[in-house]
Amino acid sequence: MNNYTSKISDKGTIAVDDTILVKGVQAAAGSRILEGFKPLFSAEAVDRLEKAGYEMAGKTHVGEFGLDLVGEFSYYAEKQEQLKGAAAQAVADGEVKAALGVDMNGATRRAASLSGVDFLKPTYGTVSRYGIISCAASGEQLGVYAADVNGIKEVMDVIAGHDEKDGTSLKEEKYDYSTDLSVSGKKVCIVKELMEKADEDTAKKVNAYADKLRGAGVVVEEISVDMFDVANTAWQILMTAETCNNVSRYDGVKFGHRAAEYKNIDELYVNTRTEGFNFLTKAVILYGSDVLSKNRYDDCYGKSLKVRRVVAEKFAELMKKYDAVLTPVCSKTSYTAYEMDKAFGLVFEESVFTAVANLIGVPALTSGGVQLLGKAFSESVLLSLAGSAERAGE
Amino acid sequence: MKYEIVIGLETHVELNTKSKIFCSCGGHSEAKEPNDCVCPACSGMPGMLPVMNKKVVELAVTAGLMLNCEISRYTTFDKKNYYYPDLPCAYQITQLNHPICTNGLVTLKTSEGTRDVRIKQIHMEEDAGKLVHVGKASLVDFNRTSVPLIEIVTQPDFRSAEEVLVYLNKLKSMFRSGGISECEEGAMRCDVNISVRPEGSEEFGVRTEIKNMASFEAIERAIHYEAQRHMDAIEFETEELVQETRRFDDASGKTFAMRNKETEADYRYFPDANLMPIIIDDEWLEQIKAAKPVEIDEKADTYREAGISEKEIDMLIHNHNVSKLLDDVVAMGCDAKNAAGWILTDCVGILRKNGKLLGDLTITADDLAAIIKMVDSGDVNRMSGRKILTAVLEEGVDPVAYCKENGLDAKVDTSVIEGIMDRVFAENAQAIEDYKNGKVKAKQALFGACMRELKNTADTAVIKEILEKKLMDI
Repeated sequence: MNNYTSKISDKGTIAVDDTILVKGVQAAAGSRILEGFKPLFSAEAVDRLEKAGYEMAGKTHVGEFGLDLVGEFSYYAEKQEQLKGAAAQAVADGEVKAALGVDMNGATRRAASLSGVDFLKPTYGTVSRYGIISCAASGEQLGVYAADVNGIKEVMDVIAGHDEKDGTSLKEEKYDYSTDLSVSGKKVCIVKELMEKADEDTAKKVNAYADKLRGAGVVVEEISVDMFDVANTAWQILMTAETCNNVSRYDGVKFGHRAAEYKNIDELYVNTRTEGFNFLTKAVILYGSDVLSKNRYDDCYGKSLKVRRVVAEKFAELMKKYDAVLTPVCSKTSYTAYEMDKAFGLVFEESVFTAVANLIGVPALTSGGVQLLGKAFSESVLLSLAGSAERAGE
Repeated sequence: MKYEIVIGLETHVELNTKSKIFCSCGGHSEAKEPNDCVCPACSGMPGMLPVMNKKVVELAVTAGLMLNCEISRYTTFDKKNYYYPDLPCAYQITQLNHPICTNGLVTLKTSEGTRDVRIKQIHMEEDAGKLVHVGKASLVDFNRTSVPLIEIVTQPDFRSAEEVLVYLNKLKSMFRSGGISECEEGAMRCDVNISVRPEGSEEFGVRTEIKNMASFEAIERAIHYEAQRHMDAIEFETEELVQETRRFDDASGKTFAMRNKETEADYRYFPDANLMPIIIDDEWLEQIKAAKPVEIDEKADTYREAGISEKEIDMLIHNHNVSKLLDDVVAMGCDAKNAAGWILTDCVGILRKNGKLLGDLTITADDLAAIIKMVDSGDVNRMSGRKILTAVLEEGVDPVAYCKENGLDAKVDTSVIEGIMDRVFAENAQAIEDYKNGKVKAKQALFGACMRELKNTADTAVIKEILEKKLMDI
């Protein structure tokens, strides 16, 4: 964590992911390309928390542009053997009350799961995206890490609500983040297809969690849902395309890293970006550029937009029968260090659990090492379900 | 062989808004220094999000209504990707899939008759910045970045450079009067798509596109050059025509190839997820329709028909009060072209002498009409008319009373004129002698002497007539 001085706090301290701007403090999204970039303003969420009396304790490392598994590939962080994610770890270690992170391709949820803390990716449009280093605008959302659901509620109550500076921000000023609604009689499904992708320990964890819910009177049943693979593919296409586009502005002309050697503008671009981006980002740029090209657009990007609509309809159908979906967050209970050239495929595979929430904008809560998905604006249901499991664990 | 030129136009027009299209920065017209009107959003810094300027939508719809377009009720933005230092995000926000206006029509009056030009679409987009080259370095100025533009795309319906210029002048006067754009130099830029085919042929020839021309003169020259190049290529096989983008070089008056179809960039357009689709409902559309200045387009045509020059139409349309003054004076029975001359030549001249502008004109339609009628009827001569006008503008006098008080009435008794002329003849014996010896100029001197005696008030035609008669007698 890069500590910096802020106002004296009476509410508690918050860590801020490196993808979120804090005025005057370097924000680089874990990338060399943004080295030295100091924003002129803070993210709306940061502003609201500071106004409410919280202290921003420091910035936490993220993997470059949040594209990796849990934050293992930051240009600024030392290599770890056990992969955990800095913000999640800071919350787990009790260094901060809560942390803000951007959920773009599941890295935040996976990190929370591995560190044993909670993370809420809220419904798209409920938290302002003003002041986040945007990659995949159509599905990324600023979310909250905390030790338990009450910590999440406390922060969400402050940061959620309309912001005119974000064109995708919904009009409502307040949302319900209750953690203690009655859950007895609620119905939750476990997805067989996703359980089959998880290892034995993970499956055990999910089943144990289901038992806790049952203990609170929740009906849990395993069903077959054929949607997550196609949702993942569609999101990887949209996400890489949007990321490719959004990181195009990092060209060495205006701010951040600039190559020392260049003879003309083309070399300035190429050398700067060659040095500034890591292998995974380059892979994403190539992939995203390809799916947007004239010859491929209809088959890839265009089709993914259609898939997004179909998945949204299918998920809405499912949510008529169930109040939430219970799934693993990762295929296994821990990750160890690996070589970056494997990252693109690995992240793709692991995102099968997380991508649907980004694709169609529904809320996803990681708690107790598992994930609860619900329909849009059903955060209070998810938080209450998790709350009942947390209380059962005490 | 006779050839037909086929032209389609893409015209970029800078909109007249207080702020940029997606942020609250002022437009570049306010800028004093490079990068004066720049914020984190329009300089491409991460964290900022585009927020739609509603006024841009309203002006684009108004333009669409003026060009008889269908107004889209659902309109979206797309991103166009390319790298250039003057484009801070490395993409331009524009409209590809759901443009704001489609299927319009504009009728042009040319020397050959009328021509209908179909408007394919109008879309909204942001402008790019500017590069300034200083020695080996290039500097970037983002003042113009994200200034709102509309691009008006026509079908290939023009058949001559003249039609293109009539169209552009029409757009210009319409947009100025409608408050859509100032259409100043550089605020209106054109891409010209041009091909040539044998007359009578239905098939289009090979098309080239000449990019980004900012002056009407350049557009006209480029069309003439390019059409000739195509005709030569077809007729004399001077070169093989290929579909390509070209640029017009002002100095040489020639066009040069920039890139062809194969090397054309793939802009990888895709929807902009930061901007929600804009829904234009009935209520909003009605509001925009109600605010639209309906008559102006027809007004420009009316002026044109009355024989008023394009330059004068420009001045009139741009000054609402002045065009109203002209309309009122015409309604009182004055000739439009003549009255336009009184306003735009005489009034402007007098104002300018006093360090004022056309906008400062305060004369009432009654006073102006009175002066014009006095002159038209021969009651006062042109020069006296101007004298009266000057007094009205500078001192606010009543024109009729002023005329009488100062003896500017041209209806001087002919016997008085004859008496004066006899005296002049007597005093200018030499001039008479010269005239008799064939020096025509001498007549002019005699005329001038008479006018001086009459203090420039009399009707010059009457004086000339009497003078001619007297000279015949000698």
